[in-house]
Amino acid sequence: MTGRAVLRGAKRAALYAAAAVFTVFAVFPFYWMLLTAFKQNRDLYVGATNLQHVPWIFNDPPTLDHVRLLFFGTPYLVWVKNTALVGLAVVAITLVVAVPAGYSLARLAGRWGERLGIGIFLTYLVPPTLLFIPFARVISLLGLQNKLGALVLVYPTFTIPFCTWLMMGFFRSVPRDLEEQAMIDGYSRLAVIGKVVLPLAVPGMLTVVIFAFTLVLQEFVYALTFISQVERMTLSLGVPVALVRGDVFYWGSLMAACLITSVPIAVVYSSFIDRFIAGLTAGAIKG
Amino acid sequence: MSSGPQAQVTLAPPAPAFGRQTLADRESVLGPLMLAPALVYVILLVGVPFVLAILLSFSSATAGSLDFNWVGLRNFTRLLSDPQFHRALGNTLRFMLVSQVLVMVLAVTAAHVLDAAFVGKRVVRSLLLLPWAAPVALASMAWVWIFDSTFSVVNWTLKVLGLLPGWLYWFGEPGLATVAIVTVHVWRMFPFATVIVLAGMSAIPQDIREAAVVDGAGFFRRLFHVNLPMLLPVVTVAVLFGVVFTATDFSVVWLLTRGGPYNSTHVLATLAFQRGILGANLGEGAAVALFLLPVLLVAAVVMLRLARRAEVGT
Repeated sequence: MTGRAVLRGAKRAALYAAAAVFTVFAVFPFYWMLLTAFKQNRDLYVGATNLQHVPWIFNDPPTLDHVRLLFFGTPYLVWVKNTALVGLAVVAITLVVAVPAGYSLARLAGRWGERLGIGIFLTYLVPPTLLFIPFARVISLLGLQNKLGALVLVYPTFTIPFCTWLMMGFFRSVPRDLEEQAMIDGYSRLAVIGKVVLPLAVPGMLTVVIFAFTLVLQEFVYALTFISQVERMTLSLGVPVALVRGDVFYWGSLMAACLITSVPIAVVYSSFIDRFIAGLTAGAIKG
Repeated sequence: MSSGPQAQVTLAPPAPAFGRQTLADRESVLGPLMLAPALVYVILLVGVPFVLAILLSFSSATAGSLDFNWVGLRNFTRLLSDPQFHRALGNTLRFMLVSQVLVMVLAVTAAHVLDAAFVGKRVVRSLLLLPWAAPVALASMAWVWIFDSTFSVVNWTLKVLGLLPGWLYWFGEPGLATVAIVTVHVWRMFPFATVIVLAGMSAIPQDIREAAVVDGAGFFRRLFHVNLPMLLPVVTVAVLFGVVFTATDFSVVWLLTRGGPYNSTHVLATLAFQRGILGANLGEGAAVALFLLPVLLVAAVVMLRLARRAEVGT
């Protein structure tokens, strides 16, 4: 009996230990951003050969200097503005295009709707790394280099396929009876969509907004290819590429930027992740 | 699924006749109309550039001019005898395979941990998701700083533990740079894979699991004979996306090493960028990037088979 209790105890301990190891591995870089962002320079830039100086904690009181420099001494706020502009435009385009397409595939397109839906989703697998070279030529033909318009044009290529797929799944989960009842009551299909379906689809559209926006925030390759002017950069390009003086990174401000940008996105994103996963695994998990 | 609407139609008369004829009701028109913008966007801005990528790879196009000279297979034959390209191709496969094996081992383990009931499970789960949700370019910069040659906290910790006799120049030595890159890939992908596997585990019927326990199957027996076989489709999806994301990744390698030291850690994506954009040789860059195609084709085929399975299953 006691032997069994010991075994149970050991199992619990192993479980907690494993959970702790995974969590530490996942969180460590964010902790490191936090430390770096608020450490004074004399606490920050101590070579790792100095074994007496423990880098894992604040040895001097934390400071806001790096954050102040980030906001008032670097183009960070310009990048925030650019990102917001591109994000809003891309989200708007994505909603306007993907929501009707999702509904059409779910309800109106019949048997071939399924195939087309999968076809559109497969384009999500065509990566930016394959397309940035032809796009470089297209963008220069259109005269869009160093313009945010280039990003607004190109980013929907990955938000539309994914969000169409997401909305298709969402509309499928709306009971057909509701729509049919409304049509029996004399509403046209279009009126049904406006009066019955769209109000029910608000959570789905909210998911689309979140994902389109975070996908925009995540994107790096296209931005690097099309934009070289510092004032035209977005956050995910400007922070890693342009927060340097000569060859020297401002690590304090850089990590502050990473922290301030990543954590809110990560929090919002993880609250929506289950839908994202449900979209990706639609074929592999049954009911 | 298909019997519902017909049954309804026979029961109830259609909507009033005057409404029937308008566009708003003609589903054969409405359907394609609502789908058209998405299709046009995808065809014009994914399909056409994709074809253009293939065309460019057979040309000597440069970024500076708009000339388009057909050179046949010259870009490809040149690449096949280029040691830097061989290295990049090998690295792409190596980084992908090593990181995916590690990711799946970690993810299956982490999913089993998260599947068990314990205090703080929700908190752990949301913390685990941070690496996947954070913008990859910014997260990569945190790792650049963690592996900094002078200030690396990894080196400090190893030194203090007495495990490091010399010094590790993470981005100065090909082997170490590879370790750094794979670490970041694993860090970024394992939470994503964990969530997918976890979703699959919660779909395994509880009675099957209980039956295995009742029959006296031990942990490993249950893992290898019950859980993993039932998880296979979902693990396939996790591996599939992991493979696509790591094989086509550009940001991590570019920000960590720029392909260095001595061009030893280039992958196809970064080499394509270096040749095509920085070197302005669009044709050769396109040819390099096209070698990603087999990976994507395999991924697409597997996706289609899974989708077919779902179609048959429901």
